[in-house]
Amino acid sequence: MYKIGIIGDRDSVLGFMALGFTVYDVKDPEDARVKLRSAVKDGYFAVIFVTEKIAEAIEDEIEKYKDMPLPAIVSVPGRDGSTGYGMENIRQAALRAVGADILFGGHD
Amino acid sequence: MAEIRVNPTRMEMKKLQTRYITARRGHKLLKDKRDELMRQFLEVVREDKDLRQKVEERLSAAYGSFSVASAVSSPEMLREALIMPRKEGSLDVSYKNMMSVTVPVFDYKTEEESGAMNYGMAFTSGELDASVRELGDIMSDLVRMAELEKTAQLLAEEIEKTRRRVNALEYIMMPRYLEGIKRIKMKLEENERGNLTRLMKVKDMMIEKSLASKKGNTDEEIEE
Repeated sequence: MYKIGIIGDRDSVLGFMALGFTVYDVKDPEDARVKLRSAVKDGYFAVIFVTEKIAEAIEDEIEKYKDMPLPAIVSVPGRDGSTGYGMENIRQAALRAVGADILFGGHD
Repeated sequence: MAEIRVNPTRMEMKKLQTRYITARRGHKLLKDKRDELMRQFLEVVREDKDLRQKVEERLSAAYGSFSVASAVSSPEMLREALIMPRKEGSLDVSYKNMMSVTVPVFDYKTEEESGAMNYGMAFTSGELDASVRELGDIMSDLVRMAELEKTAQLLAEEIEKTRRRVNALEYIMMPRYLEGIKRIKMKLEENERGNLTRLMKVKDMMIEKSLASKKGNTDEEIEE
């Protein structure tokens, strides 16, 4: 039985509390970094959602867990809309694998 | 290019040839692996992209109603209302082997929708109900998206690794072996030629010697 976590600013993440998520509301990226680290270390999380703004700020920390099978750290848009960071991540993964941007109509 | 320094002998050449053949076979296999990984990766990424678009749209709708809800009720009230999860969901993780990459599979189960909220109606607004319901609906998509995204990341890493290996074999190892084999072959031929000339020279010398001794003999005969 695994847990799902969400890290983000208070207004964005509070709603997820009703879904049984483990909610970490954080004020600044540094706080989020600490929370993320302890959540990963905890080992009970299968998925940790991070709001895009925070994810962008602590990219280096998230990068560390990229190649582990668990937890999946996924960015979701925060309350103030999508910044496109999540999409950018997919694009980057495709770029890394294929060596060319094939998904979003970029030219080789 | 760094070259392989070995004794130019037939033994070493045979060894290099075996290694070259192994490398070629490995190269072919890895190339097939890379192609298949790529195919699966693209499938995953395409689905992920579509799903993310959908999820992002629906999330922003849910946030919209949540904003209204948080505007009309106090933060403490909101927190209190939400602290009990409305429906208990359970997330199970199993692992799947995808071309020798271990990827997680999330299995999210929720209880039957009861329709009732876990908080009283007196202090909360209808918008809160809507937003919570909406978030609940996105839930399974969110989990699926997380699974896809993780799979994509892991596959991307594996593809990168495999591609690097393929390239290393194709552009470094195999040419290097070929080069080594060629060099030994040339050296051997060179030795062969050297040997031949030496033999011819020796033969010439022997003929000369025998001629000279014959000539000496005839001279002696004439003197007599």
